[in-house]
Amino acid sequence: MKTLPALAIENLSFSYGGKKALDQLNFSINAGECTVLLGPNGAGKSTLFSLITHLYDSHEGRIQLCGFDIKQQTRLALSKLGVVFQQTTLDMDLSVLQNLYYHTALHGLSRQQANVRIQQELERLNMYERRFEKIRQLNGGHRRRVEIARALLHKPSVLLLDEPTVGLDVPSRLAIVEYVHQLAEEEKLAVLWASHLIDEIYPEDHLIVLHKGQIKAKGTVNDVLDASQSTQIKDAFYSLTQGEQA
Amino acid sequence: MNLMHYWRAMWGIIGRELWRFVTQRERFISALVRPLVWLFVFAAGFRAALGLAITPPYETYILYEVYITPGLIGMIQLFNGMQSSLSMVYDREMGSMRILMVCPLPRWFLLLSKLLAGTGVSILQVYVFLGISWFYDIHAPWQGYLWILPALVLSGLMLGALGLLLSSFIKQLENFAGVMNFVIFPMFFMSTALYPLWKMKESSAFLSQLAQYNPFSQAVEMIRFALYGQFNQQACLYTLVAFVVFMAAAIVGYNPSKGMMVKKGGG
Repeated sequence: MKTLPALAIENLSFSYGGKKALDQLNFSINAGECTVLLGPNGAGKSTLFSLITHLYDSHEGRIQLCGFDIKQQTRLALSKLGVVFQQTTLDMDLSVLQNLYYHTALHGLSRQQANVRIQQELERLNMYERRFEKIRQLNGGHRRRVEIARALLHKPSVLLLDEPTVGLDVPSRLAIVEYVHQLAEEEKLAVLWASHLIDEIYPEDHLIVLHKGQIKAKGTVNDVLDASQSTQIKDAFYSLTQGEQA
Repeated sequence: MNLMHYWRAMWGIIGRELWRFVTQRERFISALVRPLVWLFVFAAGFRAALGLAITPPYETYILYEVYITPGLIGMIQLFNGMQSSLSMVYDREMGSMRILMVCPLPRWFLLLSKLLAGTGVSILQVYVFLGISWFYDIHAPWQGYLWILPALVLSGLMLGALGLLLSSFIKQLENFAGVMNFVIFPMFFMSTALYPLWKMKESSAFLSQLAQYNPFSQAVEMIRFALYGQFNQQACLYTLVAFVVFMAAAIVGYNPSKGMMVKKGGG
């Protein structure tokens, strides 16, 4: 029996007024796969994330999360989704624990379930002992860890990360990249990671190169290298995006 | 997706708002200072200039401070509604609004919970204000302090829904100054908060008409009557209808396919 992809995008297009931001996107991500969405600024990465999270609604195309249509079965689809947005979405004046309780309440978890999940997720990220600290007191890397922990509290099947390592120092960045890859493998999470940092890509990852709202290449790292007749991802990216900066 | 989920989410949203309010001491103090300055300074200065006739719900001559107390309660809720709307615009710019919007519950329910949370905060402020006013010899019958509660819920919801509606149209935080000039000030000054309708009619029949149809006037009158243990049906209905209209428009404004969110663009 064929299993449904965790995230499936079919013929998705979106325009701001008359300006086309996404044009006929088609791709899917299976459980346990980590897919990196590469694209220069303005490629449409954030628009795509806004559509998957149903912050915007598209009239053209279809988005399904674990078989649930985002427009027809919005709540079921969203319950499968964990998101780390590009900007910090934590409440700076509240503690780590209060921020996480807020999220568990929004997802309908009881206080008992919340305590168990929060402990699990924070311990995995070595943040449990800092749970009473205010977010304002944490550095950028630790804030990101809290956001990743938060995105996983309701046990989603799909994890979206919109450039989560921007502005972080190298050790924090590497730790997060490593942790997310580990999650995909061990928890069988489908990960869609928007990035413009080529060194965040692992050889076993899948890639989607997005440029001016269109998919220029997709597949495994080798597929993308072959399609662009390049030997390095950096060169492949430049040739597919006509030399634009990532 | 059961009722318990809705219940927990609603209390999560209300709890967060209350906790934020308690921890932001400056916001609490400034929310109180504003009406207190009006009460202690403005009302004291105006007491001599403005003669008040006996009009319901008052049964005797009253001091001007007594008259404007319900208006200042309305002012607390008006500013609080706008403050909530400001924080929604801020949250949207900063991104934290997204966390609320991507949770698996209907958007109307999330907005209503947010509204209830803001109303809860404004009611806390009102009771603290009433407590301070008590020591300034502004006394209402003790039942009034109970009757005012449902009135405050309705007026808080109506003013909060107006704030919510405005927040769906405001693109950037900077545009919020316009709201102060074009919404808060006209709404407050063109109402029965500071002077009764009949007094306004003496100087301008047109202004008194505008004040009469101003939903803020109706909310203030509902509060005024409730504080004296009386039910003003017309004001109550008017406020309720205004709430429903503002809320429905705000829900459309936050709808991902129909509302203003789409027109704001993205990355």
